[in-house]
Order: sequence, then C-alpha cells, then structure tokens
Amino acid sequence: MAEHRLKPLCPLGGTSPARASIGPVTLTEVVDVALASVSARLGRTAEVAASAAAAGIPLPGPGRFEARAPFAAFWLSPDSWMVEAPFATHEDSRAALLPVFGDAASITEQTDAWVRIDVTGEGLPALFERLCNVDLATAQEGAATRTILEHMGVYVVKRGAAQVSVIGARSSAAALWHALDTAAHSVF
Amino acid sequence: MIINHPILGPRDSQEFVYLGDAALIDRPDGLAEGALDTFHDYLYLRDNPAGLHRELWYHEQGDRSWLVVTRNTLTHEITQVELARDVARARGRSK
Repeated sequence: MAEHRLKPLCPLGGTSPARASIGPVTLTEVVDVALASVSARLGRTAEVAASAAAAGIPLPGPGRFEARAPFAAFWLSPDSWMVEAPFATHEDSRAALLPVFGDAASITEQTDAWVRIDVTGEGLPALFERLCNVDLATAQEGAATRTILEHMGVYVVKRGAAQVSVIGARSSAAALWHALDTAAHSVF
Repeated sequence: MIINHPILGPRDSQEFVYLGDAALIDRPDGLAEGALDTFHDYLYLRDNPAGLHRELWYHEQGDRSWLVVTRNTLTHEITQVELARDVARARGRSK
C-alpha cells in the first residue's frame, strides 16, 4: 500500500483547532465530535424511538438537545436528528449507528460537512442578540435550533448557561468565525 | 412579520421563503382525460383574493418544513398555520 504523508487539517485550515479569547468569551473550534444524521423512514418513527431508547441514544423533541454518554443528539426536523459521538471512538459514525436502527432510519455521515465553534463565557445573550434570532436569555438549557447568522444557516445549541455551540457549513467556516469574532469584539 | 410555526413556535419571517397559493398542493393527474386543460388552469389561473388567502411558506432557514399559512391580504393578519404535510395527507395527496 502506498504510504500517505497527509496532514489532517481542521475546518478553519489550521493544524490544530482555532481558539480565541475576547473579553469574557472564548471561541473554540471543536473537532473531536463525529456527526451523523438519523431520519426515520416513513411510518417507522415508533420503531426508531424504541431502538434508540434500547441503545441509550437520546432523540429529543422539537427544538431540543440532549446528551448522554457516549451519544448526544439535537432535533433537526420532524422525525430527523443529528447524533453526536466522540470522534476518537466513533469516527465512522454511520457504522456505529447502523446496527442500532437497521433499515428503519436513513443514516448519513455528517462529520466533515460542518464546523463547530463553541462560544463559552459570561454575557453570551448580549453577543448572540447581535448575531441571530435566538433569544439566549430566555432559551432553556438544551435548546437547539437552526437559524440565520449573517446569511448563513447554522444550528445554535445551548449546552449550558455559559456554553453555546454554533454549527455551520464547513465551506463557510472562516466567514462564521469572522462573524462571531467581529461581534464579540464589538460587544466586549 | 412573525409566523407561528406549529412545531417551533413564533419565528421571524426572515427565516421563511414564500411559494404561493396553497392550491398548488392539488396537482392534477397528468395522465387523466383532459390533462392539458386542467394543467393550464393549475399553472396559470390563480385567485387573487382581498381577504383570507391560504399560501405555502417554506421554513428554509429553520427545520425546512412546508407550511400552509392562512393570511389576510388586507391586514397581513395570520389566522392559521398548518404543516403542509398534514394538509396534503388530509386531502389524500401524500402518504
């Protein structure tokens, strides 16, 4: 077999995940999570829910995120979820989920389609009210939704009072980072 | 304008795309007798009511669901929002 000397790059182009601190908030590029979307096939929602419960995979309701070890998931659309798992142990996320759901769900590997930027620290509502429609001040922990952030469609997941994940298209990773970085500099 | 999404609650209209009259759900059978005339009517003839209008909206920057929104074209008041999937199924259109 040919020997490949390829260097893996992060979504933002660096050899290690990007990180920046602006006032009280920190932007961190998260690369240790594998993603896969799970969509129940027509008329098989109950079957998918039962399989997920047996395997300990959370399938939260609309607009929600739920974490269990090792899987976490957020709601995408009716009968459809994005499932997260640690990259180190579940790099081939589709293969990990296929035995659970069989042909009751369509499972698509999504890891390399997205960039995830975690925003942590105090004062996040002040930052996000400048960026998107999500009202972080009133949103409960575990709220997850898709919305627009500077013309880009992104998922915004509130993992805790001081931790929010912004998951956007990898092709516009740099633009997303720029948007968050610029807004943070204007607030803090 | 705010559209009260049946699953996600009130969402800004910025996240939606407008398609048109909800009558587009009633696509005629292309193999039926006189399909040419029915398709002409389906494609070109639209009601333009001053008042309640049922229209299709797409939550493109959200959960990507299609909605049937009942909107008053005189006041822009939205009186009803349903999932287009449910509307189509109720009419025997989809599975």
